[in-house]
Amino acid sequence: MKYNSPVIVVDSGMGNLASVANMIRKIGGEAKISSSPDEIRQAHKLILPGVGSFDAGINALKERSLDTAVKAAVKENGCMLLGICLGMQLLFETSEEGNQSGLGLIKGHVRYFQLNDEKLRVPHMGWNIVKPKRSSNLFDLEDEHRFYFVHSYHVNCMNAKDVSATTHHGYDFVSAAQSGNVMGVQFHPEKSHRFGMALFKRFYDLLPC
Amino acid sequence: MLKSRVIPCLLLQDEGLVKTVKFANQKYVGDPINAIRIFNDKEVDELIVLDISASKDGRDPNYGLIEKFSSECFMPLCYGGGIRSVQQARQLFALGVEKVCLQTAALEDPSIITHIADSFGSQSVVISVDIKKNLLGNYKLYRSLDGKNIEQPWLQFLQNMVKAGAGEVIVNSVDLDGTMKGMDLALIREAASAITVPLIAVGGIGSLPDMKAAINAGASAVSAGSFFVFQGPHRAVLITYPDYRELENILGKK
Repeated sequence: MKYNSPVIVVDSGMGNLASVANMIRKIGGEAKISSSPDEIRQAHKLILPGVGSFDAGINALKERSLDTAVKAAVKENGCMLLGICLGMQLLFETSEEGNQSGLGLIKGHVRYFQLNDEKLRVPHMGWNIVKPKRSSNLFDLEDEHRFYFVHSYHVNCMNAKDVSATTHHGYDFVSAAQSGNVMGVQFHPEKSHRFGMALFKRFYDLLPC
Repeated sequence: MLKSRVIPCLLLQDEGLVKTVKFANQKYVGDPINAIRIFNDKEVDELIVLDISASKDGRDPNYGLIEKFSSECFMPLCYGGGIRSVQQARQLFALGVEKVCLQTAALEDPSIITHIADSFGSQSVVISVDIKKNLLGNYKLYRSLDGKNIEQPWLQFLQNMVKAGAGEVIVNSVDLDGTMKGMDLALIREAASAITVPLIAVGGIGSLPDMKAAINAGASAVSAGSFFVFQGPHRAVLITYPDYRELENILGKK
């Protein structure tokens, strides 16, 4: 059975929402961009995109009462949540980039790339390989996983079991994480051709828990 | 490992695509939406679209057309041409553009870079710098708006733009534009060692080894126009893009 309620793309005034919605529609899904706390609270599937800095991101959610709405959807409604880029980082507890607390839905901390090789640049920008730890809600181990990244910070999971994929830039960092119905990817599936489409398709076909 | 990006750069003029040689002699290349659709199918790393007449005509970006582009682009899209305000940048991001590219407005007032970076992050602002050799063979900052060299030292300008908040720098060699004769590696080396953010090198690519040479000289990414739209000695229009494995084989090795 496929579960086909629309994916709600959380609009906190930051981030490239049109691209996410475009790709969901491209895979034959239904996407709705929303900034309504009520609508988000009742969603079965949420995507939290985001660009910019950690504090600006969390403040933008708080100003619109979307932080509590997202948490309520996840905790009370069994909503499947996918954070993208900054949206992934906001799922965690704290970040080196700011002073505010994140949503705290996955245990861990966000930190700046610690690189010793001066040829490696920050931001980590461009296409890189994502290595899933196992087949999971978002990845099939059999597939090729190439995604577009642009970020200067990455997450560190407190619990190793929450790491669903890693990517190499100077060292292996966590490029995807999952704790129950909360998932995050550091890369931009919406900008990653068929690789992103495959990931969105898997997310779209998930059943709410 | 991060793959070095290979980025087609498309020039827009009056809703059509053109390609220049040394910033002149525009040749019509075709319909932009058709071209973008083909590049999307070929799974290009990223795409740059520059409207070369917007600033000259003093007009806004063609939002309607750009929206059509972004709905065909399932990879990052960078747009440049006619951007003078944060509000315009906001509108472009809302349409699905990933990065905005500035030159004319930033030459007049670098604070535009800071304002956009503050609102949308450095990763969304690209500064495009055109460099032309003067009669003595020295690199000079070139203003595409009126085709004049500027006295300000180009490396200093580059560093100022990065300080102001630009997350990426495009360096284009005017003298090699459209020639497909290979890139100015000395220029790329100087630029790459002066900045910490990614450098996109443009101008002169005629082959895959040209790309590799630019990457080895310090560029994080390479971009080209003619190489991707022309075929053969008579420059017949044919849109191509190398296969991923081919690029990986050539660019992956030092």
